[in-house]
Amino acid sequence: MLAYTFKRLLLAVAIVSLAMFLLFCMIYTIPGDPAAVALGPRATDEMREALRIKMGLDQPIWVQFWNFFTGAWTGDLGNEVLSDRPVLDVVLEQLPYTLALIAGGISWSVALGIPLGCWAAVSRGSVADRIVGVISVAVIAVPSFVIAIYALLIFAVTLRWLPAIGAGEPGDLSDQLVHLILPSLAVGLGWVGYIARMVRASMLEVLEASHIRTARAFGLPHRMITYRYALTIAILPTITLLGVGIGQMLSSAVFAEIVFARPGVGKLVYDAILTRNFPVVTGAVLVTTVLFVLLNLLADLLVGALDPRVRSSF
Amino acid sequence: MTTLAISGLNVWFSTEDGPLHALKDVEFDVPERSIVGIVGESGCGKSTLINAILGLLADNGSIEGGSIQFEGAQDLVILGPKEMQDLRGPRISTVFQDPMGALNPVLTVGRQMVNIQYRDGGSTAEKRARAEEMLSLVRIPDAKAALDRYPHQFSGGMKQRIAIAMALMMKPALLIADEPTTALDATLEVATIELLKDLQEEIGCSVLFISHHLGVIAELCDEVVVMYAGEVVERGSVRQIFNDPRHPYTVRLLECDPARQTSRSRNLPTIPGEIPDLRQRPAGCVFAPRCHRVHAGCDQAQSLVEIGEGHAARCNLALEPQTAEATA
Repeated sequence: MLAYTFKRLLLAVAIVSLAMFLLFCMIYTIPGDPAAVALGPRATDEMREALRIKMGLDQPIWVQFWNFFTGAWTGDLGNEVLSDRPVLDVVLEQLPYTLALIAGGISWSVALGIPLGCWAAVSRGSVADRIVGVISVAVIAVPSFVIAIYALLIFAVTLRWLPAIGAGEPGDLSDQLVHLILPSLAVGLGWVGYIARMVRASMLEVLEASHIRTARAFGLPHRMITYRYALTIAILPTITLLGVGIGQMLSSAVFAEIVFARPGVGKLVYDAILTRNFPVVTGAVLVTTVLFVLLNLLADLLVGALDPRVRSSF
Repeated sequence: MTTLAISGLNVWFSTEDGPLHALKDVEFDVPERSIVGIVGESGCGKSTLINAILGLLADNGSIEGGSIQFEGAQDLVILGPKEMQDLRGPRISTVFQDPMGALNPVLTVGRQMVNIQYRDGGSTAEKRARAEEMLSLVRIPDAKAALDRYPHQFSGGMKQRIAIAMALMMKPALLIADEPTTALDATLEVATIELLKDLQEEIGCSVLFISHHLGVIAELCDEVVVMYAGEVVERGSVRQIFNDPRHPYTVRLLECDPARQTSRSRNLPTIPGEIPDLRQRPAGCVFAPRCHRVHAGCDQAQSLVEIGEGHAARCNLALEPQTAEATA
């Protein structure tokens, strides 16, 4: 397990390095002079040239890449254009909000998706199964920003049950949680459908397995067979799916943060693009990439912890 | 006392192409403390029979008539799901064919063996001790440590022995063994058969042993039931079936056993033709289309003809000894 974790961490470093390279290529090919953008239209040529040298833009491309690469690995993502604060600080300040949003989205999708999928599989072919199937497809098909806007209209504007915007008073946990309900629903609702379908499919497969027949032949109680013998195996592919799905949730989080005017990495990137604050965009994308790779790794390790067959093959 | 007495058992499945008569008028007994073998080619209804006895028929299957008397007291056909569940495990236990998949892959062997004892009172420690005792009985080395291991950490032969330990842990009255040695190699097969026989004598249970391996049946069983296309075509003692088969299908089946080949030949004998479509059962003898002794009377329904003590065959010619002309 330890060797496997180490191997996966090495792989994660390689993935992040590759992502850095791609990101660098993208920045490099974006038209326009970063120094000119940073200084604005009224700057003189001398000022631009001075900033170009300060930013290292006069160096050959591979030196620039090396500086970017080593800087990024040591936590130096450059400074923000407007306030000259380190980009990493700016991004890390916003990260907890986005993490909370994603954790909320996963909670929604797991808390609703697993029981629904399990229920559909156990009552296969029944009306309940069909209803779950239709709901699953429906929530998958609706984009998260549409869910966000309607959730806002229905629960915040019309019914006034939940707050419409913001992340709640800092330090007041219950207020923050109340503010989290609608945005995280918008992020997680589509995943309820994915997970319900995934759990249903793998549950049906596991229930056909011969070890389930053995369990039945020993007269084990129905509940024990369903939850202890079948579901523990059936949720394994779901965890892997969620690990990959975090990427999509991160992009849904951008919309949710904009619609609900919540602070967060998504909102930060959105604002940074509007103000052409490119170091922040780069830094936020990089931090998000690392987050995605780490959460993916976590999902795989979790599967290993739950499945002894995977664990021993490490 | 008879452990299991099956009479007039009929099982139907509803399929998209119409009803399928999977078991027809199945009739045989499993006497107390005896081992009864069921033999027949794939698709003869062996698995359906097991599922019918266990009350685990698929949703589209149903028992239409007949009775399965268990220990002379309960008819498994009319028993409710709850009562059936109470019998499975403590009274009727099963060892399945596939040792690789028969155990839950994410639970330790000990956990699974403790779970099987969920009906009994007592602490987990006591249940683990019982499980350990059973594992030593089936000669799993270091039984105590084995409890905390997962099924994939054992070899196929060990897994099958663990499955046998699980099945006999509750000291059932009837053990159903569904081709328990088919997936094992020859040396393991012999060892497993011997183990099964020893344990059967020790516990004093009856065994319903399903196999298509005639050598194993002859070695292990007291009585044999030959099934074909969901019917019992012949039943009798091992000696009767192997030395004096009366149904043409039994005769051909014995001829097909590679162990019985005496002369060198390029081709192993086979029975030409296939099992008929059970959605359209022939009105007469179900084996007639493949039979080498087919005659005018075969288009009539056949009944089990008593030949001797406990020996019966479903054939008009059952009272005439079968001759070697079959090979012609």
